[in-house]
Amino acid sequence: MKNNTAKQTKLNQIFTVFLSFFKIGAFTFGGGYAMIPLIQKEICEKHNWITDEDILDIIAIAESTPGPIAINAATFVGFKICGFWGALFATLGVVLPSFTIIILIAYILREFQHIKVVQYAFNGIRAGVLALIVRALYSMYKQCPKNLISYVIAALSFIAAAIIGINVLFVILGCAIIGLTVSLINSGRFKQ
Amino acid sequence: MIFIDLFLTFFKIGLFTFGGGYAMLPLIQSEVISHNWMGMQELIDFIAVSESTPGPFAVNISTYVGTETGGFIGAVCSTLGVVLPSFIIILIVANFFEKFKKNKIIEGCMSGLKPAVIGLIASAVLSVGKTVFFADGVNAEVFKTPVLYISLGTFLLMSVLAFKKIHPILIICLSAIIGIAAGYLI
Repeated sequence: MKNNTAKQTKLNQIFTVFLSFFKIGAFTFGGGYAMIPLIQKEICEKHNWITDEDILDIIAIAESTPGPIAINAATFVGFKICGFWGALFATLGVVLPSFTIIILIAYILREFQHIKVVQYAFNGIRAGVLALIVRALYSMYKQCPKNLISYVIAALSFIAAAIIGINVLFVILGCAIIGLTVSLINSGRFKQ
Repeated sequence: MIFIDLFLTFFKIGLFTFGGGYAMLPLIQSEVISHNWMGMQELIDFIAVSESTPGPFAVNISTYVGTETGGFIGAVCSTLGVVLPSFIIILIVANFFEKFKKNKIIEGCMSGLKPAVIGLIASAVLSVGKTVFFADGVNAEVFKTPVLYISLGTFLLMSVLAFKKIHPILIICLSAIIGIAAGYLI
């Protein structure tokens, strides 16, 4: 009997985790960092599942592992709350709203993209999108450590991708190796 | 087989993307366009759609490309592909987080990846810019029509607004209005 109620609470908790992340997925525009305040409100303040300090850990981890930040954060928080199933349902919850909305939008776009007004609108929108990407570039630059090696790596990756046309995957791998080598050399020198 | 191809390609994108937001744009651009799943213009249009709909860009674009190339099952395959690497890696990392946090090797790799992403996004700015301003190639004709100058003006105006932290959705709406007005007036 006792075992049964424990199971029941766990199921309830997993369901609440799913609902919370569904809500977070449905109300985050632009994804990534925009999600963090929502997680804070929903998961820390409302349910008290994790602390504000955990949030900092989550950001640190999401930044240093591959994949979209929203997915990383959902999986990590879900796991902290109730293990593997928590992780699974948190991730499912955060993905499901986008997934459903985009499938609908794909059909709508196909129907409307041949209409003149829509084409004109997108002519304007493309210039706006370029502005948004330039803005994103600037905020990433602000977050990046400012030293000579960083500038050299940024310049190298730009030249490799934009001018020589090297596959982006190789550029990413190459820069990781350069960063690792430089920091290992630096820490070796520091010890001596 | 398209479903396996979708899954594997987006798995690769999920595995090699570091940092949020547009950090994955250069990789998506090269993978999706080399597979002929999407044109450059369509990709830019979709960025606007993704900014105006909820959810992470990565999930939005993978679902969209999946739907367009393989219907509902295609969408499931590509979305699963983009999510799975993060999911697996986080499950592993969450178990020994304290060790992971102070790992010299990961720290070292990240010190190379952060500036790499900046260079890659800068290269994306270049290719997006080329599509926005010179969709039909660079020639003397382009400079004689007002279209180029309207795009340039819109871009400059929206950049100012973006740097003033005006919400992206508002920026997209405003540039849509300019686009419509210009389309009917010229």
